[in-house]
Amino acid sequence: MAKIKSTGAKALLESLRREGVEIIFGYPGGAVIPLYDEIYHCDFLQHVLVRHEQGGGHMAEGYSHATGKVGVCIGTSGPGATNLVTAICDAMMDSIPMVAITGQVRTEVIGKDAFQEADITGITMPITKHNWLVKDVNDLPRVMHEAFHIARSGRPGPVLVDVPVDVFRAIVEYDPDEVQNIEISSFKSDFKVHKVQVKRAAELIAQAKKPVLYVGGGAKAAGAEHLVQALAHKTGFPVTTTLHGLGTFPENDPLSLGMLGMHGTAYANLAVEHCDLLIAIGARFDDRVTGKVSAFAQNAKVIHFDIDPGEINKVRRADVSIVGNCAEALEALLPLVDETQDISEWRAELDAWRVDMPLEFNDGAQDGTLHAEWVIREIARLTDRNVVVTTDVGQHQMWAAQHFGMRSPRQFITSGGLGTMGFGLPAAIGASFGVGPDKDVWCISGDGSFQMCIQELIVATIYKLPVKIAILNNTFLGMVRQWQEMFWQKHYSSVDMERAPDFVLVAEAYGMLGLRCDNVADVEATIRKAMETDGPVLMDFRVVKETNVYPMIPSGQTVGDMIVRKPQQIEEPESTCHYQPRDTRMPVVDEVVDVAR
Amino acid sequence: MATAIAAQTHTITVLVDNRPGVLARVSGLFARRGYNIESLTVSITDNPNMSRMTIVVAGDADTLEQITKQLHKLIDVHKVFDYLDTPMLERELVLLKVQSEPERRAEILQLVEIFRGKVVDIADRAMVIEVTGGGDKIDSFEKQMEPFGIRELVRTGRIAMMRGSRTV
Repeated sequence: MAKIKSTGAKALLESLRREGVEIIFGYPGGAVIPLYDEIYHCDFLQHVLVRHEQGGGHMAEGYSHATGKVGVCIGTSGPGATNLVTAICDAMMDSIPMVAITGQVRTEVIGKDAFQEADITGITMPITKHNWLVKDVNDLPRVMHEAFHIARSGRPGPVLVDVPVDVFRAIVEYDPDEVQNIEISSFKSDFKVHKVQVKRAAELIAQAKKPVLYVGGGAKAAGAEHLVQALAHKTGFPVTTTLHGLGTFPENDPLSLGMLGMHGTAYANLAVEHCDLLIAIGARFDDRVTGKVSAFAQNAKVIHFDIDPGEINKVRRADVSIVGNCAEALEALLPLVDETQDISEWRAELDAWRVDMPLEFNDGAQDGTLHAEWVIREIARLTDRNVVVTTDVGQHQMWAAQHFGMRSPRQFITSGGLGTMGFGLPAAIGASFGVGPDKDVWCISGDGSFQMCIQELIVATIYKLPVKIAILNNTFLGMVRQWQEMFWQKHYSSVDMERAPDFVLVAEAYGMLGLRCDNVADVEATIRKAMETDGPVLMDFRVVKETNVYPMIPSGQTVGDMIVRKPQQIEEPESTCHYQPRDTRMPVVDEVVDVAR
Repeated sequence: MATAIAAQTHTITVLVDNRPGVLARVSGLFARRGYNIESLTVSITDNPNMSRMTIVVAGDADTLEQITKQLHKLIDVHKVFDYLDTPMLERELVLLKVQSEPERRAEILQLVEIFRGKVVDIADRAMVIEVTGGGDKIDSFEKQMEPFGIRELVRTGRIAMMRGSRTV
């Protein structure tokens, strides 16, 4: 094709069109007005005006999580860009392909502390796969395509393109076909699966007496769920998944052990503790999975499949490592494994643990109390699990991971690596844009997390998105409170959230239906009402205040230290506090002194 | 012995794009992953689009493996080479300003000769000496100069190259 002439802003949009971008989440500002002027005239792109750039970043993540496509978000220079930082870091930790586009001050004033100037490429250097400050408009079209290429290739992740306002306005003459042919000699992402390693893996598998498959988000990213299932079914090996692996292996499958790790099922953790072969597929031995690394799967040989060579031997030395796309690797492995391998003894051992230490929950039938776990189980049952679930971070997140019972990959969207409170609502909105209006997206949140990106409610209202928000409201920052209860002598420092807005009124103020449920008998009716109502609904479930997530392996400890269920009698250790603890709750209204008077 | 291995140092050569910000990316990676840099030098190469970094790091073999892999993940990094199985030449240059009272000059000059160094500047009470060589040689030259009184000292940090006809 011949060369075309356009502004930098228009060239940027053209690159988005060519990359197949249909939706972007952004917030305008001085430095991106030229870009927004082009968006105003653009016919192929839906722009969602968010209410805070962090929300926009999480929406792009949620969209990407749900669809596997690259999420795109926009912020202006300075604060617009820095507000994106949390979302970018979140995407980095969870390997979410994302392109963040930020405006920058005019080229000539960069470095002069200009109004709304922030060195965003400097700031995001450690939390992006790569980033660019494009000072010459001639580089812009090529950089945009490189950005998408890097974001989605190999181990996916976020990139950032920082564009000074004058570069948006400058004229560039370029061949749009030519710039699309990316060649980055220093970027290697297509690692060929090593056949010899696959053979060695098959040999280890054939020798195994107590094998476990440990499946992470990488299997989902590679679209390898069917191959994981095929491998498990062919060999009969049990499967445990990480938080991001949930759904990659259906939890109603008899081979599923559920999630492992700090709040994983007791039997999954025991299986890993006692296994003689751990087959890690797209998982990175995160500390919330391993606990104390030296004691993790001590007797096991490890086969590690990962697309990122940097993950091999990072935490745990692998006996056989297979670098490359794990779908490709599993395809090569499948014909080499034997379906007649007898591991019935091991399976019997696992079944015994399953019976001895099942996941426990309280359905309130005896004492009439309303428990978060029960609400989650009811949501799962009533929606037939045919929904997308997003969560925030904390106790409700772990309960959702334990009790929802995921069936398909990309069904469960959560902030795993970074653990970003405030992720759930915008991620649900982004996911809803991704999966379309015919599928409900349930945002399981907590009263603390929900307030961190509460402003995005209006986006759900405006677009009438079928986003159903279930706040599991225990009036505490529950996970911190749990740690304080268990390890800090119940010093409930700054975790009391009793004084909160009325969430039902908040919902109404934002133009959506708000429901409150404080009774176990009303749970079903509340959920059904939300399902029947078109568009977004917010539910405020007033659940039991002080309950803990079990099982729990305390941070940095071992499966031997696992607390499987609530101890019968909590012995209260003596407080080591030498002064009267400060009351960190918010004062009641009458006590508030009006200092202005 | 574990402690002996931990104290090991390694030399890595990294070929990177000659672009602004690349040094920050590399040094930032070392800082945030907790790798210890003993020295780092950057220079131009025969290819104007490339720079060559020589990094000396402390750590065991596992650390070196991680450093190499993480460096490879940086888009600006073209090649990473550790000299684990390859004989290597290493050089460093020191400029050393030493106190030189006239009556002790001869003594100093004798040492400079032994180390095959050069006097590159001389004043009434001080001279600047240039010595090149491996790190150990520079260390021992420094030690020899100490009694005279070292007034100032600057070292380039290590640069390295493979022996033989192979190249990085």
